Amino acid sequence: MFDYETLKLIWWLLVGVLLIGFAIMDGHDMGVGTLLPFVGQSDIERRVVINTVGPHWDGNQVWFITGGGAIFAAWPLVYATAFSGFYWAMLAVLWALFFRPVGFDYRSKIHNATWRSTWDWGLFVGGFVPPVIFGVAFGNLLQGVPFQFDNYLISTYTGTFWQLLNPFALLAGVVSSAMITLQGGAYLAHRTEGVVQARAIKGAVGAALVMVLGFVAAGIWLQGIAGYRISSVIDPSALPNPMGKTVVREAGAWMANYAAQPLLWLLPASGVAGALLAALQLWRRRTLSAFVASSLAIVGVIGTAGASMFPFVMPSSSQPAASLTVWDSVSSHLTLAIMFWATLLFMPLIVLYTSWAYRVMRGKVTAAYVRENEHGAY
Amino acid sequence: MISEQLVDLSRLQFAATAMYHFLFVPLTLGMVWLLVIMESVYVMTGNVVWKDMTRFWGKLFGINFALGVTTGITLEFQFGTNWAYYSHYVGDIFGAPLAIEGLMAFFLESTMIGLFFFGWDRLSKTQHLMVTILMAVGTNLSALWILIANGWMQNPVGAEFSFETMRMEMTDFWAVLFNPDAQAKFVHTVSAGYVTGAMFVLSISSWYLLKGRDIEFAKRSFRVAAAFGLASVLSVIVLGDESGYTVGEAQQTKMAALEAMWETEPAPAGLKLIAGINEAEQKNDWEIEIPWVMGLIGTRSVSQQIPGIHEIKAKNRERIQSGIHAVTALEALRANRDDAAAKALFEQHKADLGFGLLLKKYVVDVRQATPEMIQQAVDSTVPRVTPMFWTFRLMVGLGFLMLALFGLAFWSSLKLECAKRPWLLKWALWMLPAPWIACELGWYVAEYGRQPWTIYGVLPTHLSVSTLSVGSLYGSLAGFIGFYTLLLVVEMVLMVKFARLGPGSLGTGRYEHEPVHHTVQHA
Ligand code: HDD
Ligand code: HEM
Ligand code: HEM
Repeated sequence: MFDYETLKLIWWLLVGVLLIGFAIMDGHDMGVGTLLPFVGQSDIERRVVINTVGPHWDGNQVWFITGGGAIFAAWPLVYATAFSGFYWAMLAVLWALFFRPVGFDYRSKIHNATWRSTWDWGLFVGGFVPPVIFGVAFGNLLQGVPFQFDNYLISTYTGTFWQLLNPFALLAGVVSSAMITLQGGAYLAHRTEGVVQARAIKGAVGAALVMVLGFVAAGIWLQGIAGYRISSVIDPSALPNPMGKTVVREAGAWMANYAAQPLLWLLPASGVAGALLAALQLWRRRTLSAFVASSLAIVGVIGTAGASMFPFVMPSSSQPAASLTVWDSVSSHLTLAIMFWATLLFMPLIVLYTSWAYRVMRGKVTAAYVRENEHGAY
Repeated sequence: MISEQLVDLSRLQFAATAMYHFLFVPLTLGMVWLLVIMESVYVMTGNVVWKDMTRFWGKLFGINFALGVTTGITLEFQFGTNWAYYSHYVGDIFGAPLAIEGLMAFFLESTMIGLFFFGWDRLSKTQHLMVTILMAVGTNLSALWILIANGWMQNPVGAEFSFETMRMEMTDFWAVLFNPDAQAKFVHTVSAGYVTGAMFVLSISSWYLLKGRDIEFAKRSFRVAAAFGLASVLSVIVLGDESGYTVGEAQQTKMAALEAMWETEPAPAGLKLIAGINEAEQKNDWEIEIPWVMGLIGTRSVSQQIPGIHEIKAKNRERIQSGIHAVTALEALRANRDDAAAKALFEQHKADLGFGLLLKKYVVDVRQATPEMIQQAVDSTVPRVTPMFWTFRLMVGLGFLMLALFGLAFWSSLKLECAKRPWLLKWALWMLPAPWIACELGWYVAEYGRQPWTIYGVLPTHLSVSTLSVGSLYGSLAGFIGFYTLLLVVEMVLMVKFARLGPGSLGTGRYEHEPVHHTVQHA
C-alpha cells in the first residue's frame, strides 16, 4: 500500500503520537502523583486526590507499555540500543513505577497512618521520577550518546550512568518534570473542589512558569550544542543499515530543520503558549480548557525535540556513523505495514472506550464520595 | 567474547522475573472468568449474594492484579535492557505481537478493570457485566499475543534471515499468527490459568466451610469453582499441547529429553513412568515403562517415531559443520556485500547459520573451532535430561492429582453435600499451591527445554544478551530480588487479611466478621 520511505516517515510520526499520548494520559496521573503529598494534607484529602485517577491510571499506563512495544516492533535497534545503553536509568524508571500499581491498590486497604503515608510517598516517587528521567534521556539524545556497533551490529554503550546527569540533560529533566506536574495539576483542578483544588492550581501555575523558563533556556542553550547531520547521500527507501552512512557533528545542525521549514516554529511556540495559557485559565478556574492548553504544551515540547533531531533518533557521539535515524534503524517494510494497520485499527477504539470510561466516572471527586465508598474506592 | 557469567546472570534475571510474573498471571486469567460467571448469575437471578461473590472475589483478584501489572512492566522492557542483541536480531517478528498485545489487550483489560471496581453505582447491571466480560476478553487476548511471541521462539516460522540487515525478517505474518506451537501453548497455558483460578476459589471456600462460616456464600463459590476447575483441568490434560509435539524441532528435542529417550525407539514408544537416568554415560540404568498411559496424555507419539537424543545429536553435528561455512560466508558478505562467491556459499548453508553461531560461545573465529569445541557445541544442543524428566513428571502428577480433587469436589457439590466431607475440604485447602507449582514447572520445561537457544535453531542464548558489565547484572538482580521479596510479603499480608475477613470485608452488613470502622454502604 505505502512505499518503504513513506512508512518510515509515518512511523516516526506514530512514535511521536504514542509518546505524546503517553505524556498527556499517563502524564496526568504522574503529575497527580507528584503533587499528591503537597496538595493533600490529610488522609481524606489524599484519598480525594488518588481517587481522581483511581479508575484510570491503569489504562493510562498502557500508553507507556504500548510505547515500549511499538518501539520494539517499529524501531528494534532503538529499543535494543537505548534501553541497554541507558540500563540503570531504565531500571530506575521501572523500579519507580513499581510503586504505582501497589500504591494505588493497597494504600487504603489498611487503616494505619504510617502504612498510608509510606504508600503516598511511593506514589510520589512513581509519579515524579519517570518524567525526570525521560527528560534527562531526551537531553542526552540531543547531545549524542556514546555507543558503537561491531560487524554483527552488536551495540556497546561506552559511557557511564553518571555521565547522563550532565547540566543540559538535568535542565531537560526539570522541563519534563514541570510539564508533567502542570498536566497533573490541571487535571486535578478539574476533578476536585475547595482547598484541594486551590492547592492544585497553585502547584500547576508554579510548574507552568518553571516549565516556560526552563524550555526557553534550553532552547537558547541548544544553539551552543553541536548537532548531527548526515553528510552522505541518503536513500530513504534503502534496506536499513545503520553503518551505511557518514555523519558529521556541527554547531547549528539542530536548527537546520527550522530554517528549511519555518512552520516548525509553531512547535516551540505552542510549547510556550500552551503552558502560559494553561496557567491563565487555571487562574480563572477554567479547568477544562486549562487541561487542553497544557496538553497542547506537551505536543509543542515533545514535537520540538523530535523536529530538531529529525531524521536522527539516537545520535552516537563516539561513532557518529552508527547514529540511529528514522531511515536505518527500522523494521522491515512488511512489519512496518502490519503495525501501521494494527495501530490504525485499534487506536480509535482505544480512544473511544477510554473516553467512555472518563464519561462514566465524570464529575468532582469529594470527601463525601470517598466516605460513601469506603469499601470500593481507593 | 561474551562472558559466560554475564549470560548466566542475564538468564537468571529473566527466569526469576518471568517466573515471578507468572505467579500472578494464572490467577488473573482464571479468576476473571469466575467473576464473569458469578456476575452473570447475579444479572440473571438478581440474587444479591452473587453480586457479593463477584465483589469479594473481585477484591482478591484486584490485589493479585496489581502485582501482575507491576511485574509485567519489567518484562516488557527487559528484552531491550538485557537482551539487546536478541531484540535487534528478531525484533522485526517478535516486536509485532508484543505491540499488538498492548494495543489490543492491555488497553482493554486495564481500562475495564477501572470500571469494574469503580463503576458499580454508575453503570447499569448489564453494562457492568459487559465491562467484566470485556476485561476477561482483554486478559485472555493478552495471553494469546504473548504466547504467539513465545511460540515463535520455539518454532520460528514465517521469517527469514537477511545478511544485509543482519537480522531475521518477517516474511509471512499469518504463519507467525497461526503457528501451531503458539496455538497449542495458548490452549494449555490459559487452561492452566483457569485451573489456578478455580483452585484458589475452591480452597478458600473450603476453608470457610471448614470453619462453618458464611456458609451460603462459600457453598455457592465452591460449586462454581468445582465445575469450572473440572472442565479446565480436563482441558489442560486432554487438549494440552497435544499438537505442540509433532511440529517443530524444538519440541522433538524437548520430547526426547523429557522422556529420557537416548535411542530412537520403534513407534509407538512407551511412556517411562520413572527411570534411573545416567547423564554421564547417556543412558538409563533402569526404567519402568507403562505403555497405555502414553495413549492418554501423549497420543501424538503413538503413530510417529520420535528421534532419540543420540540421533538428534548426530544430526546437529552435521548442521554445526555446515554452519561453520554459513558463518564464514556471512562474515565475508558483511565485509563486502558484492562478494558473489560468498553469497553463493551463504545461500547454500544459510539454514544452518544458527548452528554455526553456537560455536561463538567457544571461539571468535569459528573456522578455528577444535573438535573438542564442536563436541561441546553438539552436546549443548540437548538440554540436561534429569531436570527435564523429573519436572515434567511432577507437573503431570500434579495435573492428575488436581483432576481427582476437582472430580470429587464436583461430584459432592452436585449432591449438595460438600460441607459434609471435611476430608475433601481439607484436601482442597492443602492443594492450594499445586497449580502454581505445576505452572512454574511447566515454564521450566518449556524454557529450559529450549536451551541453548533463545530462538530455536536460529539464535543461541549466549549471543542474545546485552553487552553489560557483570557488576551491573549483580546490581540489578539484587534490586529485583529485594523489591520482589518486599512486594510479595506485602501482597501476601493483604491477601491473607482479606481472605480471613471474608465477604464481611465488603461492609454490606450481610456477613460475619464485618469490619468495625464500617460506614454507610449501598448493596
Ligand atoms: C499466559 C499469559 C501471560 C504470559 C506468558 C505473560 N503475561 Fe504479562 N500479563 C498477562 C498475561 C501473560 C495478563 C493476564 O494479562 C496480566 C497478568 C496479570 C495482569 O494484571 O495482567 C499481565 C500483565 C502484563 C503487563 C501489564 C499490563 C497492564 O498494565 O495491564 C505487561 C506489560 C506484561 N504483562 C508483559 C509481559 C511480557 C513482556 C511477557 C513475556 C515475557 C509476559 N507479560 C508474559
Ligand atoms: C511468564 C511465563 C514465563 C516463565 C515462567 C518463563 C521462564 C523462563 C525461564 C525459567 C527461563 C530460563 C531458562 C534457562 O535459562 O534455563 C527463561 C528464559 C527466557 N524466556 Fe521465558 N518464561 C516465561 C515467558 C516467556 C515469554 C512469554 C517469553 C517471550 C515472549 C520468554 C522469553 C524468554 C527469554 C528471551 C529468555 C532468556 C533466554 C533463555 O535463557 O532462554 N519467556 N524463561
Ligand atoms: C497432566 C498433563 C500435563 C501434560 C501432559 C503437560 C505437558 C506440558 C508440556 C509438554 C509442556 C512444555 C510445552 C513446551 O515446551 O512448549 C508444558 C508446559 C506447561 N505446562 Fe503442562 N502439562 C500437564 C499438566 C499441567 C498442569 C496441571 C499445569 C498447571 C496447572 C500445567 C502448566 C503448564 C505451563 C504454565 C506450561 C508452560 C507454557 C507452555 O509451554 O505451554 N501443565 N506442559
